[in-house]
Amino acid sequence: MSTAAAPRGAAPRGAAALRTDDPAVRPEPTGTVKKLGGLAGWVDDRTGVAKGAGHMLKKVFPDHWSFMLGEIAMYSMIICLLTGVFLTFWFVPSMGEVPYDGSYIPLQGVQMSEAYKTTLDISFDIRGGLLIRQIHHWAALMFVVAVMVHMFRVFFTGAFRKPREINWVIGTVLSLLSIVEGFAGYSLPDDLLSGTGIRAAEGFMQSIPIVGSYVAYFLFGGPFPGEAIIPRFYTAHVLIIPAILIGLFTAHLLLVMVHKHTQYPGPGRTNSNVVGFPLMPVYMAKAGGFFFIVFGAIALVSALFTINPIWAYGPYDPSPVTAGSQPDWYMLFADGGLRLLPGWLEIPIFKWTLSLNVAIGALLLIPVMYTLIGIYPFLEAWVTGDKREHHLLDRPRNAPVRTALGAAFIAEYFVLAMAGVNDILAIKFHLAINSITRALQLLFFVLPVIVFWVTKRLCLSLQRADRNLVLHGRETGNIYRSADGEFTEIHEPLDPYRRWTLVQHEVGTPLALGSTKDANGVESPLSKKARRRARWSQFYFRDSVAPVTPAELAAAHHHGEHDALPSAESATHVGPSEH
Amino acid sequence: MSEHGTTHDEVSRAATGTLPQRFDDPGLPPHVPRQADHDESAAKRAERQVAVMFGLSIVSTVAFLVAYFAVDQRSTVFFPGIGSTNAYHLVLGVTLALSLLMIGLGAVHWAKTLMPDHEVVEERHPLRSSDEDREHAVATILDGGDAAQLPRRNMIKYSLGGALGLFSLPLVLQVAGSLGPTNVSELAETLWDIPTEGKHAGKPIRLMRDPQNTPIKAEEVAIGSVFHVLPESLDWHKEENVEAGRAEWKGVLDEKAKAAVILVRLDPKDFVSTKARDWGYQGIVAYSKICTHVGCPVGLYEQKTHNLLCPCHQSTFDVTRDCEVVFGPAKRALPQLKITVDADGYLVAPEGFKEPVGPSYWER
Amino acid sequence: MNALAARRRHPAAITVLLLLGLILTGAAYSLLAPKQAQAALASEDQVAAGKSLFLANCASCHGLNAQGTLSGPSLIGVGAASVDFQVSTGRMPAAGTGVQVARGVAKFDEEATAAMAAYVASLGQGPAIPEEAVTSGQGADLARGGEIFRVNCAMCHNFAGAGGALTWGKYAPALKDVTGRQIYEAMVTGPANMPKFTDTNISPEDKNNVIGFLKAIETQPQQGGYHLGNLGPSSEGLFAWVFALGLLIGAAVWLGSKAA
Repeated sequence: MSTAAAPRGAAPRGAAALRTDDPAVRPEPTGTVKKLGGLAGWVDDRTGVAKGAGHMLKKVFPDHWSFMLGEIAMYSMIICLLTGVFLTFWFVPSMGEVPYDGSYIPLQGVQMSEAYKTTLDISFDIRGGLLIRQIHHWAALMFVVAVMVHMFRVFFTGAFRKPREINWVIGTVLSLLSIVEGFAGYSLPDDLLSGTGIRAAEGFMQSIPIVGSYVAYFLFGGPFPGEAIIPRFYTAHVLIIPAILIGLFTAHLLLVMVHKHTQYPGPGRTNSNVVGFPLMPVYMAKAGGFFFIVFGAIALVSALFTINPIWAYGPYDPSPVTAGSQPDWYMLFADGGLRLLPGWLEIPIFKWTLSLNVAIGALLLIPVMYTLIGIYPFLEAWVTGDKREHHLLDRPRNAPVRTALGAAFIAEYFVLAMAGVNDILAIKFHLAINSITRALQLLFFVLPVIVFWVTKRLCLSLQRADRNLVLHGRETGNIYRSADGEFTEIHEPLDPYRRWTLVQHEVGTPLALGSTKDANGVESPLSKKARRRARWSQFYFRDSVAPVTPAELAAAHHHGEHDALPSAESATHVGPSEH
Repeated sequence: MSEHGTTHDEVSRAATGTLPQRFDDPGLPPHVPRQADHDESAAKRAERQVAVMFGLSIVSTVAFLVAYFAVDQRSTVFFPGIGSTNAYHLVLGVTLALSLLMIGLGAVHWAKTLMPDHEVVEERHPLRSSDEDREHAVATILDGGDAAQLPRRNMIKYSLGGALGLFSLPLVLQVAGSLGPTNVSELAETLWDIPTEGKHAGKPIRLMRDPQNTPIKAEEVAIGSVFHVLPESLDWHKEENVEAGRAEWKGVLDEKAKAAVILVRLDPKDFVSTKARDWGYQGIVAYSKICTHVGCPVGLYEQKTHNLLCPCHQSTFDVTRDCEVVFGPAKRALPQLKITVDADGYLVAPEGFKEPVGPSYWER
Repeated sequence: MNALAARRRHPAAITVLLLLGLILTGAAYSLLAPKQAQAALASEDQVAAGKSLFLANCASCHGLNAQGTLSGPSLIGVGAASVDFQVSTGRMPAAGTGVQVARGVAKFDEEATAAMAAYVASLGQGPAIPEEAVTSGQGADLARGGEIFRVNCAMCHNFAGAGGALTWGKYAPALKDVTGRQIYEAMVTGPANMPKFTDTNISPEDKNNVIGFLKAIETQPQQGGYHLGNLGPSSEGLFAWVFALGLLIGAAVWLGSKAA
């Protein structure tokens, strides 16, 4: 079933030997190896684990830096789990008020909650406690960053297509849970900044129509802030959400195993194989080593850069507040949404109040956004009508509309996140908050459209550049002058391996726009639906650029370098005719 | 969907017009050996590099252990680019980071230079089960149902459905029924409401400086100045706590979260709204500091523009116009607290807020 | 790091510091109290010198008699503290009008500043330049200073005095590298849109506590490495995206590349 990827070279220890189960002559195990073998035998006698382990250890993973983004997320999560355990030994999730008696002088004697006090103790009086706290927080930020960048990679390469839609949905839920987990953790120290965040969260709950005040009272155990919210956040942060996170994450990984990893297109890489390195030993060393690199890098950042200096914020108190009150970065977009919403969205209805100015940003934005993300694979499959399995990734330029949609989403997210830091932008760039807010309100509607258009054009240009590269070859930079004085740059034709990457993709064809009338000339709702789908399909596939065909290349060679070559425009819609 | 031609000589085929629709996959490119594959000294060098990295990790780990005990927790050190910083934290962090990083870098370097770098091909198989397997699975389920006599035993079927449908209710009720009190009408009450019973019944409530907790005389409030204010009744609340044997601070933050007030003095000429002026005392006016958007303290007072700005979402309120919203996502004006002076010249609130303070909610 | 700095967190340090503060306050008071009378009674020479400086540098905006014009407010009754603050922080004389005059390099030496302050003080009653005893931050109760700072100042100037934005391009400046005297003067005079915090609102002693707190957080060593500008989570997020993610992606690219 598996073959050597290449003729065996000089190295006799080629990886091919690992997959062809030759009865290689091995020396009799001795010493430690023998003892390990004995232990493994003991375990296998009782579990039969060797049957699957042999196969598992030979599993092939393709090598690409962007495939490590998910691993950064996974490792950051593990680092959070490890350091989180440490923090639970000293953190007391209590909102009971105590005077501070620890070693940080500017707070000595100040009344504060026990949660805040014990966080100060971890920071100043537990040896290495501040380091662990900072690793925990930096790793948490990196977890959410890596989850998001990983999702970008999966989205832009089309890795979410069949059969991986379930895993995309699981990943979407994981992403949502990661920011909820982050917000809960950020709130635990009960410092002035995070307390202001909880204060706002209470305002969000109150904006729920009809039952808002009850929801707030239920969750806070009475009026804000009460004494219940930190203990409840604590249970969520260390128990409920991590349990769900780990469960879903395990399912996520299992599905990756079942599906086998996707791979970028390239010579020898097909939709029915996976080319890469075996888990044992190469990936074991690389992935295992990468865990230590991620952990080490985060430890280094934590050693050198302060994060969340809760001692500087002071204890939570509902009366004071600090300039630049922001949530952690992953909540900025939601906070930004609240800053952009106009006040007139609060509507009095008889004697009641409907606070849409809060509810849209605080209650609707996140569910709507994550629903859209979660259903995207199904929407795209409906538009393209594509029901095949895809294991070969798209180069983002080869799916211009998808790439442009993704870029437009990022632009929208960016506008909201920038709105979340409008006061910081104002002070750092000497602008007026009011002007920034107005500009971002406009950009919220305009920027995604511009970004969509620009990205799509960029993708199409890149595709045409690919065509030109295949047709003309690589510019060598060597310029020759002919006898009659003409300058010519020597172009070197691409070798078949490089060329394949540029010509391997297929171009889909849009569904035809049918008539809205059925055979009897009656308006048919069914065909109306089909037309709507066809219109979306047109939108998705319009302007697509087909890869160079052998005939075009031959023609280009035949005509020579100076004659007009088939332009990219003329190649439009030259895709394979049947689906 | 696409055809795969099998061409060898594209140009000659072009001449005859029999070129395929698409190019062929040329297959995996030939393997390019690394230095360490054919040069034993390069391999040896790579081995040494890996060993040095692992060795550095060991050294860093030992350094961490030593520093943990040897370095003073309070000592500081000047670090270029960072400035004066806690040495203990820095040394622990850097040694821990190196101890981890060197293991990772060593392992990856080992994998890259010495482990096989021939790419391996593994075939994929369609994920879908075969039709027989699917049928078998369906048959097993149906047979199981039949064997359990599910289709025939309707009483069991319906009663089981009912039991399974209901069993979680006690658990849900247990949580939902015990969560939080429902006396949400409290949201409309603050400590500025004049007590109707007890030893302070009917007494106007003094405005106290936050956090000094001292009463304020009207003449102490200069034009253009701002006072952050809490009600005198917060002390009464603490006293009651102590008398009732509760913790002194019980509920104090809950009350502060509704009662925080900001007090400013304007030149009476500057008021646009006469109500704002009339509810104040000689140009001194008091407003709830809790934002009507989501509840952050609106503390940023600009004494020349008379604007109050919320640092959370930038709602801006105009003090001269009853603190109506002039910018930002809030809709409602900040509630004003009516004030006057008592016999001793101290500022007091003779009555509580006329409307609920803080963020909007449905039944407010 | 010197021996004194190393012992700053010794349990006895606070006691020693308090004692030292008390002694210094007492000493400073005994030294400065009589001087106050002298300061108040600025010599006529000083006032005259201040007037000529005023006419040369300030009168174009504030009017020949400091009565104010369309381009500058009246200075009658603003007091010596206001002049000292505006001139010593380099805000005045202002180069041009804008939303808010920014801090700059002081254009006059102490003597000239004092002369102008004396001249303006002679025009009408206003806050005087505060005494060293209440502006040095010596002997401050840091915890109380911190509490007052968080309630009265942090909403504009940020939790660490890093500054913050106000409406329409106005801002509360950072409180780094300013003297205790300037902080005090800003509180009593309320420059630009800052409200006044007169001595009847926050007592001189509490102002000194605030100054002591600010000086303490400015000079204390960082606890967990570089503070990233003390801007809260937004700079941390930017750092995570740019630097930390860059570092990890760099490692991933190296890991995925073929060895030579």
